[in-house]
Amino acid sequence: MSDSTLGAFRSALSDHDVATAATTRDTLVETLETVIDPPAVAAPLPYPVDLATVDGLTPGPTPAAVRDAATGVTAATVGVADTGSILLEPAGDGTEPVSLYPDHHVAVLDAADIVPDLGTAFEYLAAVFADGGDAVLATGPSATADMGELVYGAHGPSTVTVLILEGSA
Amino acid sequence: MTADRRDRAARIRELLGTEGEAVAANTKAFNAGRYDAVADLEDYDGTKDRARAIKEDAIERLPELIEELTDSVDANGGHVHRAEDAAAATAVIADIVDDAAGDTVVKSKSMTSEELDVNDVLAADGVDVWETDLGEFVIQLADEAPSHIVAPAIHRSREDIATLFESYFDLDAPPDTAADLVAIAREFLTDRIAEADVGMTGANFLVADTGTMALVTSEGNARKTVADTDVHIAVAGVEKIVPTVADLHPFVELLARSATGQSLTSYLTLLTPPSRSPTLDGDTPLGATDPDNEFHLVLVDNGRMALRDDPQLRETLYCIRCSACLNSCANFQHVGGHGFGGETYAGGIGTAWEAGVHSLDSAEDCGDYCTGCSRCVNQCPVEIDIPWLNQVVRDRINREGQAGFDWVYEGLVPDEEPGGLDPARRVFGNVGTIARLGSATAPVSNWVARRGIVRRVMDRLLGIDARRPLPTFERETLVDWFDDRGSTVQPGSAAREAVLYPDVYTNHIAVDRGKAALRALEAMDVHVRVPRAPESGRAPLSQGMIATAERQATATVDAMTPHLAAGRDVVVVEPSTLAMFRDDYANLLGSNPLAAESYDLFEYLYGRLANGGDLDALSRATGEAAVAYHAHCQQRTLGLATYTTTVLEALGYDVTTTSVECCGMAGSFGYKSEFYELSMAVGEDLTDDIDPDGRRLLASGTSCLEQLTAVFDRPAVHPVELVAP
Repeated sequence: MSDSTLGAFRSALSDHDVATAATTRDTLVETLETVIDPPAVAAPLPYPVDLATVDGLTPGPTPAAVRDAATGVTAATVGVADTGSILLEPAGDGTEPVSLYPDHHVAVLDAADIVPDLGTAFEYLAAVFADGGDAVLATGPSATADMGELVYGAHGPSTVTVLILEGSA
Repeated sequence: MTADRRDRAARIRELLGTEGEAVAANTKAFNAGRYDAVADLEDYDGTKDRARAIKEDAIERLPELIEELTDSVDANGGHVHRAEDAAAATAVIADIVDDAAGDTVVKSKSMTSEELDVNDVLAADGVDVWETDLGEFVIQLADEAPSHIVAPAIHRSREDIATLFESYFDLDAPPDTAADLVAIAREFLTDRIAEADVGMTGANFLVADTGTMALVTSEGNARKTVADTDVHIAVAGVEKIVPTVADLHPFVELLARSATGQSLTSYLTLLTPPSRSPTLDGDTPLGATDPDNEFHLVLVDNGRMALRDDPQLRETLYCIRCSACLNSCANFQHVGGHGFGGETYAGGIGTAWEAGVHSLDSAEDCGDYCTGCSRCVNQCPVEIDIPWLNQVVRDRINREGQAGFDWVYEGLVPDEEPGGLDPARRVFGNVGTIARLGSATAPVSNWVARRGIVRRVMDRLLGIDARRPLPTFERETLVDWFDDRGSTVQPGSAAREAVLYPDVYTNHIAVDRGKAALRALEAMDVHVRVPRAPESGRAPLSQGMIATAERQATATVDAMTPHLAAGRDVVVVEPSTLAMFRDDYANLLGSNPLAAESYDLFEYLYGRLANGGDLDALSRATGEAAVAYHAHCQQRTLGLATYTTTVLEALGYDVTTTSVECCGMAGSFGYKSEFYELSMAVGEDLTDDIDPDGRRLLASGTSCLEQLTAVFDRPAVHPVELVAP
């Protein structure tokens, strides 16, 4: 992933009114504390980070906690620079409800997983489905124009923040 | 006008007054967005070609792909139910809901479920069914049918919806903002989703080799519908199957762009069900237990396999329900799907869908609004020839006719059509015969035709609106005039030889523009012939009289073949005739020798100018050089309008052009009394493009010229009349 791909990704996210913040594995806990609106819930992240130490955040929440949360934190497995999309992979860990029910979705993405375009993302997706997996390619907040004008937060989150993990693992 | 026509005219008037404004604002915004969004795509045409090829292959191999998909879903732990018709599909859905002891079913938007009337069947079983897509929710509360296949409540304004919510939710006042409306609906529907046992979705695509389904949405309701229920039912037509996940790529690039002008919608959900996501029930932390979700795929035939076996309508199954043909249609932009629609499906492609899944009756309600203007053709991401499908369906309706009602003059009319054909269609389809009689008996024919009583009879018997001036027939046709005059450029010394095809309008009505065309061609050093020639078949084709159109097409090709063999080009003035030669003949005849040898008049003049023709031999702008040019819809579909503009500008004209998809006249459409007001409403859109500032009005099509004159109340002329020496 080149700097220009990262720049294109940030700019495409911004076109969809999605905020971004740069962070590292070492500073992830502090960064999460600055971007979440409590109460927050989280699905497991594939990084060595103790989410229980994040103020205001409940990892492994109950269904009721998900419904009541203001922020949901999940991993994103791929970012698409061209379109400003992030790929979520719903599984048994609760990624789907945590990314969907709270009004603010915070997705944590490794900068190394940003690909230039949809074509490249589809190569990755073929492998996901060969394993029987699920995926949601999310581009911007939940939106509707059905009530006469564009409104964010129709059924899903009205705001989305992507935390981009830089530096090697 | 007959009672049927009067009823339809009244219905259209009502729609124009009530829903027209919201429909127009929304569809025009989608359409403009689509033009921008596809322009951003690196290889739009190549992507369309790939999507088309995938669909052609998938429908060809459909039986095999259905088996493969069934095996994949089975292997994943889901269940596939094949339903031959709507009754079978709704019965199996009702059984699944019953087995799940489901009192509440939540749905995300699915046109296929609308087609099946699933909600009514479940409601009759005492099940509460809730539409969670906010547009669908609005029309559910209003007890209406969708007016658009993508945005079902497109006919309702925010104010409208606010009043509806005020009454349904018993509020003190209508909510002020769209955000307020969304918040109310979201809160209500979140509870419905929480209490539901069964979630029902459609599927935009189904992948045979993995059992994956794609849902293209923006709101997140489809995700919740699946995520928060234990039993997921997906309802999809068999045509939604593609072979592999990689095949989804071109469709993902095209679908949202073609629909609403977005590069992507908010959520592309790709599920390989049953879902492994935990539902939000109980007190156990997420991830602590394995969910036990159930998945049922109801694969619906309901006429689709018969469409597959129908060589003329098969490409209907390539449709990905993007709505580009709705949004780019001038008529749809004014009445929406409550006018231009059948039982379920709406707009250009709606006719063929209705013919396939419902009936010719339902298709007729929809198809009559298609003028064949062809503006949708280039907008379709899978390259379906939608006007042709509409003409095929119209032909079948004509042939179904009025059984047992044998017209005494069936043997007397010059066409190949059945006795039950609507007499107005017969008149419009035989306009060539009428024109020959009209010219032969002019000016008497014109005097008679103008008399009030005659117009009233025409209106009553034929539905030809008395508010439209009729064309005036010239006694001397272009061909007769040319017989006496001959060509001033000798074949031996000419740069090119060409045939100026005498279409009905140029030959009998707008003879002056034919003479001007001849002078312009001769000024480009072209030896021109104007032979007697058969009609092109455009008039009968536009009325769905395919056998007659085919006969005329064959005769025209036969008549032009010796000219082509002698190396002569065929130059055409009337754009709808050229579209026959370039495009429609392939549908009618299978092969089309005229396609590569026929030219739009200005395309040809431009070609001559680029190859040594002398610009000074044409007439330059003198005095008032400001003109407003409205290109013919079919001319624009063929990408030919630019030649007229370029030549006019080279000659010193200051040219503005129009952006409307169609002027609303569209050949015979604007003459029909039930459609007169719609035609004029569409025509009024021209006033957004052309200021009433006195620019000279130019148009290439005969009926466009009539419409411009009617809308602006001043004469409009063919551009060749300006440039000819």
